[in-house]
Amino acid sequence: MDKKVSAIELKGISKKFGEKYANKNIDLTVYKGEILSILGENGSGKTTLMNMISGIYFPDAGKIFIDGKEVTIRSPKDAFDYKIGMIHQHFKLISVFSAAENIVLGIKKKGKYDLKKEIVKIQEICDKYGFIIDLNKKIYEMSVSEKQTVEIVKVLYRGADILILDEPTAVLTPQETQKLFHVMRLMKEDGKAIIIITHKLNEVMEISDRVSILRKGEYVGTVNTDETDMTALTAMMVGKKISLNIERSEAKGTEDVLFVENLSCVNREGVKVVDNFSFTAKAGEILGIAGIAGSGQKELLEAIAGLQKLEEGKIIYKNLKTGKEENLRNKTPLQIRNLGIRLSFVPEDRLGMGLVANMNITDNIMLRSYSRGKSLFLQRKEPKTLAEKIINDLEVVTPSTETPVRRLSGGNVQKVLVGREISSAPKVLMVAYPVRGLDINSSYLIYNLLNKQKENGASVIFVGEDLDVLIELCDRIIVMCAGKLSGIVDARTAKKEEIGLMMTGTGGKNNE
Amino acid sequence: MSKPDTHHEPLIRITKNVGMPMWKAWLVRIAAVVIALVVCAGFIVILTRINPFEFYKVMIRGNFGTKRKIWSMLQNLAMMLCVALALTPAYKMRFWNIGAEGQVLMGAAATTFLMIHLGNSLNPWILIPLMAIVSMICSAVWAVIPAIFKAYFNTNETLFTLMMNYVATQFVAFLITFWEGQKGSNTVGIINGTTQGGWLPTIGGQKYLFNILIVFALTVFMYIYLKYSKHGYEISVVGESENTARYIGINVKKVIIRTVALSGAICGIAGLLLVAGSGHTISTETAGGRGFTAIMVSWLAKFNPLVMILTSFIVVFFERGASEIATAFGLNVKMADILTGIILFFIIGSEFFINYKVHFRSRHTEGGNK
Repeated sequence: MDKKVSAIELKGISKKFGEKYANKNIDLTVYKGEILSILGENGSGKTTLMNMISGIYFPDAGKIFIDGKEVTIRSPKDAFDYKIGMIHQHFKLISVFSAAENIVLGIKKKGKYDLKKEIVKIQEICDKYGFIIDLNKKIYEMSVSEKQTVEIVKVLYRGADILILDEPTAVLTPQETQKLFHVMRLMKEDGKAIIIITHKLNEVMEISDRVSILRKGEYVGTVNTDETDMTALTAMMVGKKISLNIERSEAKGTEDVLFVENLSCVNREGVKVVDNFSFTAKAGEILGIAGIAGSGQKELLEAIAGLQKLEEGKIIYKNLKTGKEENLRNKTPLQIRNLGIRLSFVPEDRLGMGLVANMNITDNIMLRSYSRGKSLFLQRKEPKTLAEKIINDLEVVTPSTETPVRRLSGGNVQKVLVGREISSAPKVLMVAYPVRGLDINSSYLIYNLLNKQKENGASVIFVGEDLDVLIELCDRIIVMCAGKLSGIVDARTAKKEEIGLMMTGTGGKNNE
Repeated sequence: MSKPDTHHEPLIRITKNVGMPMWKAWLVRIAAVVIALVVCAGFIVILTRINPFEFYKVMIRGNFGTKRKIWSMLQNLAMMLCVALALTPAYKMRFWNIGAEGQVLMGAAATTFLMIHLGNSLNPWILIPLMAIVSMICSAVWAVIPAIFKAYFNTNETLFTLMMNYVATQFVAFLITFWEGQKGSNTVGIINGTTQGGWLPTIGGQKYLFNILIVFALTVFMYIYLKYSKHGYEISVVGESENTARYIGINVKKVIIRTVALSGAICGIAGLLLVAGSGHTISTETAGGRGFTAIMVSWLAKFNPLVMILTSFIVVFFERGASEIATAFGLNVKMADILTGIILFFIIGSEFFINYKVHFRSRHTEGGNK
């Protein structure tokens, strides 16, 4: 690390989308044998910049140098030729193919195609960097972490010297993240240049040598990781100092409002995704649900919301005022609402389920309430006022209430959705990955909103992926593993590692 | 793996164009029509050596030459618009109904049946509403069959509705054998030619005016229905995302069936107007391909019923103009098809330039690199 040789250098890169700059005059250098973190809030242009390096977009202005020579990257193929490999957030793998088949896919070589010979080569790469993977396993049988490994091996097999990882840890458990970091360090020692995009500051501190910060499409600066700290990085990223504490109040209510008993449901393929699951949620608390992505969290929430058919079990809602109990099993969302139960749900897929991307904000706010009243026609006045209020209260950045939500950035989309769901003063509020892809400011705004709901006596059920946040925000945490209940822990005393083990089914107390 | 040794910008780059102002978009569309006419002129000169301006003059004459031609053009426009309006709610819901041809035929068949059997016995004040209702029901049923399969079994509606066209055509062909004027002629002939039983009324001596007014009312209805009614809102939500619709508690199956029934019912009206309001006869060609052309009319208007008046006019103008040319210059009718094809190609192609920007490699940046 004494002699720094630049692997890739960007000078004055700009990219406009319409009239707006996504990247403006960006300079960036990555050296061989180092890990550079790119840090920035949502919409700060990190992904756009990486897409220009990997040939997906073409810059409007600026120059790219690789090994000191100016180059033009016109397509992903050009990027491959310059030994640049990008691991996207959403994997691009063919699920019916095996790992090895996916890895060799798309490479043109003269002569006979010999998969066995290639597998030997791939295995060498795996051994070199310490990847543990069964190359003959089909993608659809793989966990998220395994799929990610395949993606990384794929770009290495193609001879990449510059690796770009776009939020690689978002879907991993703490243990898997550690494994990934280990591999990354080995690659770094081998002289590869690695760029990692992440939102998680503690990971930035842990893995990277240097950090480059972008803000609103502009380059703010680069610092050495060992000369900075999380507060300083946040300040650079946001442009002002903000506190990173979640103010957790004591859970007030202790009354149970929602009883889930022996709930089981199957997905479309007939696989049991939630298996004999029981828990109760209290009013005035935030109940976290931890688990590896795809462990049945989605189906569990959808079952409670009336979107997923139950195979077995009961969902009892207790009205605390009247003491009346209702079984919500197999009731539609409309039937639940007609019972007078204020159950709100912020689904994981915001634009695909919670909102309609092509509709404007007012029409999206109206989704929950449009059918009220006997009139055949829509009433847009009240929803418009509510939309204006949400825009005002939650500081949604939008030209107007008439803007289609697809034009908004991720954080603003989420604010609209959460704003709508809490506007009905819910008794039960379920949120799935509410801060996924959101910047720090928006994330803390959402946490505060959830806390406020809790103080108002709502029972908040929070499905999250960041264990640090779960531990800081929640009162109790339910750990799920492969559709089963692994255990329930007290968030105030729980350890991250302990939860991590329970998520993989190798630990835990209340194991049944 | 050889490294590309040059470092040029790509020759052509395409980027998405967000938020082109309305007037600019329309300018592009008008430019497309003008270019289409120039290209057509080129074709005309090369193929026929006839002065293209003569051609276009004849084209305009074909549409506006005489009073009769104007009314006939308006009638065609109204029919095209009617079928396009019928398709629109289904399309807004992303239900690709390409069975309008068959649905129109079913409505036409129902109308014919009532005209033949009750045309001379029932009071027109009862008969005509009855014809309207029955033909709407028949067409709606024809459309709802694929919709039910779509809603409950998620079958592909495109194939299903397409195939229903052939069934409808054969069914009408079968019915014609009962209704044919002279045995063996295989044509129905003018129904109730002397009594005019079951014919739609003429207003102010204009036999097409009634049709035109009905379609105009339908246009306004459809515009309001889609934009301001709760049903219209549900159609948009289901079309954009079925998941969202389920999430907020819309009964997706019900909306699909209800909307496609409406789509079919309006096809039934088109069938009624075609038989009782203009042709007074039926054949397997009664829908005249409008069921397919209307798909394009609806799409070009981006499913806006008011804009559809314009897109129907464009399509009808060129169709009629082109066939006038074929007769006036003694050309093969296919010449008309060629011209219509060229013009539509440009109109549809112009949408690309509205949604995307094309950048060519600029000289000065290249110079700057060296």
